[in-house]
Amino acid sequence: MSIRVYVPRETTASSLGAELLVDALTTEAKYRGLDITIVRNGSRGACFLEPLVEVETAQGRVGYGPVQLEDIPDLFDADFLNGGQHRLSLGDVEKLPWFANQERLTFARCGIIAATSVEEYKAHGGFKGLENALAKEPAAIVQEVLDSGLRGRGGAAFPTGIKWQTVANAEADQKYIVCNADEGDSGTFSDRMIMEGDPLSLIEGMTIAGIAVGATKGYIYLRSEYPLTQQILLEAIANAEAAGYLGNNVAGSGKAFTLEVRMGAGAYICGEETSLLESLEGKRGQVRYKPPLPALKGLFGKPTVVNNVISLATVPVILEKGGKHYANFGRGRSLGTMPFQLGGNIKFGGLVEKAFGLTLRQLIEDFGGGTYTGRPVRAVQVGGPLGAYFPASLLDTPLDYEEFAKAGGMLGHGGVVVFDDTVNMARMARFSMEFCAAESCGKCTPCRIGSTRGMETIDRIVAAKNEEEREAQHIILKDLCETMEVASLCAMGGLTPMPVMSAVKHFKGDFQ
Amino acid sequence: MMQVVNPVRYQDFSLERATQVVQEFKDQPGALINALHKLQDTFGYVDEAAMPMLAKLFNLSRAEVHGVTSFYHDFRRSKPGTYTVRVCQAEACQAMGSVELTEAIKQQLGVDFHETTADGTFTLERVYCLGNCACAPSIMVDKQTYGRMTADRFKSLAESLSAKAKGSN
Repeated sequence: MSIRVYVPRETTASSLGAELLVDALTTEAKYRGLDITIVRNGSRGACFLEPLVEVETAQGRVGYGPVQLEDIPDLFDADFLNGGQHRLSLGDVEKLPWFANQERLTFARCGIIAATSVEEYKAHGGFKGLENALAKEPAAIVQEVLDSGLRGRGGAAFPTGIKWQTVANAEADQKYIVCNADEGDSGTFSDRMIMEGDPLSLIEGMTIAGIAVGATKGYIYLRSEYPLTQQILLEAIANAEAAGYLGNNVAGSGKAFTLEVRMGAGAYICGEETSLLESLEGKRGQVRYKPPLPALKGLFGKPTVVNNVISLATVPVILEKGGKHYANFGRGRSLGTMPFQLGGNIKFGGLVEKAFGLTLRQLIEDFGGGTYTGRPVRAVQVGGPLGAYFPASLLDTPLDYEEFAKAGGMLGHGGVVVFDDTVNMARMARFSMEFCAAESCGKCTPCRIGSTRGMETIDRIVAAKNEEEREAQHIILKDLCETMEVASLCAMGGLTPMPVMSAVKHFKGDFQ
Repeated sequence: MMQVVNPVRYQDFSLERATQVVQEFKDQPGALINALHKLQDTFGYVDEAAMPMLAKLFNLSRAEVHGVTSFYHDFRRSKPGTYTVRVCQAEACQAMGSVELTEAIKQQLGVDFHETTADGTFTLERVYCLGNCACAPSIMVDKQTYGRMTADRFKSLAESLSAKAKGSN
């Protein structure tokens, strides 16, 4: 019998040589007269173990990692195909504390199944949510999402169910579901991971959304920096169509839902929902004034649900197990789980899905094992390039939308970027302004001009000859940041002051 | 060992060929960006001469087509080198030394951002985040991402890529 060997087809694994392993494993097995089948799963999210090779043995699934090309002959010599001991042996990876301590709802299948296989998806609970949804009235589907307490995982944390309700109640001949897969925030990769590792969950989630609000067409707006993700998504969509889960008769219900993937073109601002809609319409990605809300006048002027990948990919489990079940996780108004992403200078980086409420310290120390360089943590940026920089003294802040806001930050899309004590925070603050200047859509003045003025002001602070001069520039920077914050049209200009001012607040000594 | 990507073979630009490859988008709503991607994938860049044709196809003004093309960082207006190397400049990579890595890559290739090496092998670009933040710093060569990049690893990668580019000429 052919032995199943799992090698992730996923960007991080690929960036560390996974594709080379596929060829080498195949060749070596052939040479030794062994019968193996390579299964292309996604990543389980432990990036530090990638490329993680797993083997289905009589004793269960066992892992080896991180595997490099030169380890292959050695692994065969150690009889890894039967779970043999090797320097890289990990045993049952799900028993490793890194995985065992997670609470995986959205990512339950990710890295476990062959990513684009409808059959394996169904064998692991896939399409049960859709089945349940089809047995309900559309309003009851929306109610389930409301009950779950799910809030937009893209960063704005707006209640998903309320957005759906607005679109459901709107009268129109055509409505749309748009998935925001323009994951541009540095330090975030959960969208990419679910799309590469369990793309059918996103497809199922979008289909459920379509049925709930009466939309028959969905678009996935994917950033062009993710070419492998695009391939995998297209393959999964084709498989779902072939199995009758997309098309004119979704799962035999008589309802129609079709999906199209459209690629972005390297503009960070297109992650902002109205700018994304402009881009989907083939225009410059410039932010729209609100109102009208996209829920009422969105894509091509029609009522549109715009949700982040994770929000949509979480819908199937909510419909499968019930909104109440999902709401049992988390705390306060931050209900359910969040796929946190640990990146930057971190020893054990990757994706940690956990109910809201654990502290930043638990995430960085218990899961992450501290910095990659082994030096002390000095600063942590949570929530992408528009999120605040926290000093080590704030590490005990619980990861929860409200707690983070109280501490002067934001959870955003759950990206956590760790810096060691070699970081210069004036340089990071300047970079925030630089990034805003490079990526501003240009529509509103505070963002377009303010970002450049901000860069110049930080340069003057650093170059100041005396304290008096420096303080005078600090006052200008603060004033500028206030203007950007209150007068910008969207979060790009409005939140760039957050990393800048948090750096000034907590690391003022670096500004000289 | 690192994966060495195959050089992309771009076609020589002709208006006739350009018109042909974008026809599939004619009746798709708002598909101008799809068409621009198609042109760039085919020829390596978006030729100025294609603009009036795109305007006509999508019933837009030439100014609108120009506006869209110039808004997005991805679209280039001249033919790139055999390989496009993009170096991540975002925070997670900075936390792992991408500023120094970028300098080393510029030195190694002898070019700055948006420039092409004299032998036409590499075009250097910057990018903000490749979604590989747990294995930073990252770069991308055409459509392949590389994690945990160092100056030394880049040197050997660049040599392998150069050899492959020359071998295939």
